[in-house]
Amino acid sequence: MNVLIIAEHDNVSLKAATRHLVKAAAAFAGTVEVLVAGAGCQEVAQAASRLDGVARVLLADHDCYAQQVAEAVAPLVVALMDSRQVLLAAATTTGKNVLPRVAALLDVAQLSEIVAIRDSRTFVRPNYAGNVLVTVESLDSRIVATVRTSAFEAVGEQQSAAPIDPLDISHPQAQSRFVSASTLQSARPELTAARVVVSGGRGLGSAENFRLLDGLADKLGAAIGASRAAVDAGYIGNDHQVGQTGKVVAPELYLAIGISGAIQHLAGMKDSKVIVAINKDPEAPIFQVADYGLVADLFTAIPALEAAL
Amino acid sequence: MKVLVAVKRTLDPYVKVRVKQDQSGVDLSAAKMAMNPFCEIAVEEAVRLKEKGIATELVAVSIGSDKVQDQLRAAMALGIDRSIHVQASDELESLNVAKLLHAVVQQENPGLILLGKQAIDSDNNQVGQMLAALCGLPQATFASRITVRDGWAEVAREVDSGEQVLAVQLPAVITTDLRLNEPRYAKLPEIMKAKKKPIATFTPAQLGVTPRQHLNVLSVAEPPPRKAGVRVASVAELVDRLKNDAKVLA
Repeated sequence: MNVLIIAEHDNVSLKAATRHLVKAAAAFAGTVEVLVAGAGCQEVAQAASRLDGVARVLLADHDCYAQQVAEAVAPLVVALMDSRQVLLAAATTTGKNVLPRVAALLDVAQLSEIVAIRDSRTFVRPNYAGNVLVTVESLDSRIVATVRTSAFEAVGEQQSAAPIDPLDISHPQAQSRFVSASTLQSARPELTAARVVVSGGRGLGSAENFRLLDGLADKLGAAIGASRAAVDAGYIGNDHQVGQTGKVVAPELYLAIGISGAIQHLAGMKDSKVIVAINKDPEAPIFQVADYGLVADLFTAIPALEAAL
Repeated sequence: MKVLVAVKRTLDPYVKVRVKQDQSGVDLSAAKMAMNPFCEIAVEEAVRLKEKGIATELVAVSIGSDKVQDQLRAAMALGIDRSIHVQASDELESLNVAKLLHAVVQQENPGLILLGKQAIDSDNNQVGQMLAALCGLPQATFASRITVRDGWAEVAREVDSGEQVLAVQLPAVITTDLRLNEPRYAKLPEIMKAKKKPIATFTPAQLGVTPRQHLNVLSVAEPPPRKAGVRVASVAELVDRLKNDAKVLA
């Protein structure tokens, strides 16, 4: 079955999520093509063409796709699905926004956040915030699925880059328009792609104290995450939230610091390879999923850990 | 402006999920049920729009067995004026739900349609987007702030990179995220009054929709549990374990 992947990008750089999508696409044993829809996104297309296993990149470079709004991207993708059987996008806010719209226009179901591919029609996906895993078979003519990228490995680069085909299709629309975006620039690795994540919770007590994690993250080359409680308390922006309604991460090492471990948070990190919990409350539920638990006062443990690294 | 709010009956979010022995599904036979938390936020936002004088009539719709009328009553106790119950299976797939809601939209012609961004049972996060597609309407998903003026809604969306603000021309479909508002509790007199508010009932056939199966659930299982961890006594022991046992630190 031939697969179309929607590249995850911000017009400037290709996001690591796309590497994991290409890996997932390999399970369908067909041609893998990547759609880059955006504006001024030539470099993204070039980066996509180098991913191992990509046969072709389709580049839809037009102002109407600049913010990848669903109203413009969905009809573009629908037209491309005439000759392809599988459509994959990352289970990011971009993918989750666009894919159901495409599926409805194709009159097929959409599978959300698949974590395993049993065969080309059978998939595993979480329900109830990951408390349940459902194995589901598609009866449709086309498979449309968002992929939990942390459940699949990343592909590397290939020897010779795949061809890039420009698509001269635009879907200008007047129903929705972009007003503004606030994006925080950070020198740290992307949260969903980081090898190490240092996450803080309400136990840190204030936005100022939350900055204590910076030094630790610097030492570990880690991304910084947060519980919903910490975000709601204003310690850090919502783009750092890990959990059911935030980002799902599965790094090699996850440090949960001052996080009690509400079920909504566990849903976003419990597939991490090694989990460390530091909390002063020995009864905190986070210890039930932690490989290594340390009951300690955060304000002595954080500097001590930073010094020991 | 008329506002239509879709409401789903789900397992109470504070109740432990139990999988049936035969792995055919989640055991809801004796479980406490509630309105999906994201739907509560959608209801609250509709009520606030009416309080601000922007919305004039609030209509809730729910799809499922007769029990969903409990959640419609709850929505009306919070300020929804009247309800529509579409009689169907409780386990309807998203696309079928969207098709039924599409038929309701054609019947009601709302100026704004509000839905929770996802239900906490199936975690699909699809119905709002599918409904917008079927209606040919613009969509603003994951809303954390909604401002309505001059026939447009300006919506702040919670996206992975932070916040994105979109303006969508009304009528539009908006799905709600957690930070949009804090839903109120219903007051007793309102709960009593809600019992007298009307619920109109339709079958899918009356709405001209034949639900179709797209997916076949093969098994529902609990994920393998994590191996029990160890407690370490000190930061020094922690670092030693991470380096020498787990080998995740150099």
